Amino acid sequence: MVGIIDYEAGNIRSVENALKRLGADYILSRDASVLSECDRLLLPGVGEAGWAMMKLKERNLVDFIRNAGQPLLGICLGMQLLCEWSEEGNVECLGVFGCRVRHFRTALSRTSGLKIPHMGWNSISSLGTALFDRIQNGEYMYFVHSYFADICEDTAAVTEYGLPFSAALCRGNFMGCQFHPEKSGDAGERVIANFLEM
Amino acid sequence: MLTKRIIPCLDIKDGHTVKGINFLELRSVGDPVEMAEAYSGQGADELVFLDISATIEGRKAFSELVERIALHINIPFTVGGGISTVEDAAVLLRAGADKVSVNSAAVRNPSLISDIASRFGAQCVVVAVDARNVDGVWRVTTHGGSRLSDKELFSWAKQAEALGAGEILFTSMDHDGTCGGYACAEYRKLSDILGIPVIASGGAGNAGHIVDVLSPEGGNADAALAASIFHYGDVRIPDLKRQLAACGIPVRQVPGSTTAG
Repeated sequence: MVGIIDYEAGNIRSVENALKRLGADYILSRDASVLSECDRLLLPGVGEAGWAMMKLKERNLVDFIRNAGQPLLGICLGMQLLCEWSEEGNVECLGVFGCRVRHFRTALSRTSGLKIPHMGWNSISSLGTALFDRIQNGEYMYFVHSYFADICEDTAAVTEYGLPFSAALCRGNFMGCQFHPEKSGDAGERVIANFLEM
Repeated sequence: MLTKRIIPCLDIKDGHTVKGINFLELRSVGDPVEMAEAYSGQGADELVFLDISATIEGRKAFSELVERIALHINIPFTVGGGISTVEDAAVLLRAGADKVSVNSAAVRNPSLISDIASRFGAQCVVVAVDARNVDGVWRVTTHGGSRLSDKELFSWAKQAEALGAGEILFTSMDHDGTCGGYACAEYRKLSDILGIPVIASGGAGNAGHIVDVLSPEGGNADAALAASIFHYGDVRIPDLKRQLAACGIPVRQVPGSTTAG
């Protein structure tokens, strides 16, 4: 059973649809006692980091997530929330991964000509987690984001957009991907399938 | 490297596609979900579904269709056609669409863009602009190009960006349906003045036209949308992507995507 951590993030529907396509059972819950019974956890996310951290605190989910022992996958904002800090809302996050989250505007020169958000299909490389079993180096995934996580020792995939950033992070049972595997075609579906096999 | 996107567009009436694809062996030619899966398998990067239903029943069928599409396909898709309120957008986004496109209603009421963006995020608002060149001025039109508005293309695109548009989808009514190529100079200018992606639509007759509108020396658009050339099989997406790659344009190649129908 996959527990989707419900903190009113947008676009949970597409994650649910991906799990349905793969035939996985899931439950959407904000209750730590329900989620702790699940054998893996998903932290989805479309939204704003400061607001999301507030919701997780309101629902007493901060320590639960930090101490989770089962495989846990954060997607997009969900991955960023697992980092130390986010410039979005200048908020301290869950601190599982050892990196910070910044806005592309802060990091890229104004003359780069790069559009923000970083939206569309980009390649991932330096793949370093079982999440990417049977995924080729250089595979394309679908991204939509304006904030990014720095490269750090937990980086498990790298993507370039004006600079290299963490397309995926991994530490022990905690994993995160900046791209949307649920919208990344068959390759993305394979990432979710790999997570379900852990 | 971020790739340029290829986007087939399907017109939907009363929950069914108006034009079938005639190069793929589909069980039911009018089934949008099957067409969507076929394009996705060929390597389409995104899909657009435009509702051209004129009735309330037709609109309801469309939102039910959006739920089925969201369940079955695993690439992003945009829906549009007749969205005039935040609630219209909310119904379609809740049904599982990734983005909504607004057109005439935003020209009439520009705050519709900021209302949707502030509630659901700028990344899900595509502002579609239909315009034609009238005595050297690109005038924005509404109602499928039939009415001239008082807005001008470039200033309206800038305004839409400021209001929270995530992307601009510009269709040149002078080029649409001609199969003579896209309005490259206008896309190039839009790309220069905007900090958000530009989607080109209208005029594609062959793969070379798409190369032109996406190449940095040509239109420099971020994505190319087309309907007929894909539906009629004049251009097949795997071939198109190979041609784009050969011209140095970054595209996402999909392993195993089939060339033949």
